[in-house]
Amino acid sequence: MTEATVSMDVRTPDESVSVIDIEGEITAACEPILMDAYGRASGDRTRCVILNFTGLEYMNSSGIGLLVTLLVRANRNRQRLMAYGLTDHYRQIFELTRLDEAIGIHSDEAGALAAAA
Amino acid sequence: MSSERTHRDGESWAKPVERLEVAGVQPGSSGINVAGRRPTSPVQGFGRMWQKTYRVRLLGADVTPQQVIAVWKRDFPSFWPKNNRFFAPLAGIQPGEVAVLDLGMPGGMKLSTGVLVMYADDESFTLMTPQGHMFAGWITFSAYEDGGVTVAQAHVLMRASDPIYEMGMTFGGHKQEDRHWEHTLQSLAQAFGVDGHVVSEMVCVDRSRQWGNAGNVWHNSGIRSGIHMATAPARFAAKPFRRG
Repeated sequence: MTEATVSMDVRTPDESVSVIDIEGEITAACEPILMDAYGRASGDRTRCVILNFTGLEYMNSSGIGLLVTLLVRANRNRQRLMAYGLTDHYRQIFELTRLDEAIGIHSDEAGALAAAA
Repeated sequence: MSSERTHRDGESWAKPVERLEVAGVQPGSSGINVAGRRPTSPVQGFGRMWQKTYRVRLLGADVTPQQVIAVWKRDFPSFWPKNNRFFAPLAGIQPGEVAVLDLGMPGGMKLSTGVLVMYADDESFTLMTPQGHMFAGWITFSAYEDGGVTVAQAHVLMRASDPIYEMGMTFGGHKQEDRHWEHTLQSLAQAFGVDGHVVSEMVCVDRSRQWGNAGNVWHNSGIRSGIHMATAPARFAAKPFRRG
């Protein structure tokens, strides 16, 4: 399979909120990187994990499947999953796949943090 | 590189659709249970969430992943088991196209439903199910190179759509689905002159059931197909009296 071309950094602006900054491509190959980032983002007190898609370059259908799996993990840990920084194109993909019904979409980080509060 | 990837990505995804429309599919299907239905992801399903992967190594076949996907798209219905029919879109497997399915069920029953082509590129394509389908989710068909051998793969991410389907999947439905995709991959391999052995993996991603979606049973295509079949004689008898 193709190698992952993505990097993910984790920030914790608040003890109950973590942000995963995604740079690159989300495909099946990035599963271990995404799950590792989620593991670092998810602490005992974390109630909301925010995905920053500002640096997203490409996502295929396997990638959107990974987000469903991530959503399951977050729900199991009683955490909300949110996203911001999506271009119109990727917003449409969230709409098509109806992930926007489960993942809160915001236009910027301030909006996502306000919703997480 | 970024803009090139984004451009390819943009052409590969279907546009969002509120409800499916059926137009331009091969003739012969009952064509019920598709038009007007909303596409569904695993988020809208009811049952446990499963991730199933079926793979076949095309050992000895001099074929690229792109060639495998081109043939798979072109001849998709021919690889299916008997008693299951896939009425492909006339435009082919392209993003946004809708196909109609008639699936053979035990007891001579036929379940009519459909799929939306959610994503398609040179190396993969994904079908998304509508309301009433046995499961809510999608199936990605892909091919890739692994150690000098091209591998064809079907990857299912799904929840049974409603409590009735969940019971059906538990009592034989999963095995029937396994047989379906194993047959499909073996037929695909044979198309490239390979007697392939299909390897499957099944992982329960989420054991919980989404009871809030139990009402999906209203759209159950199995029940609606059964009613449609049972009332066929009445529709036939009433035909001469219809206007137009």
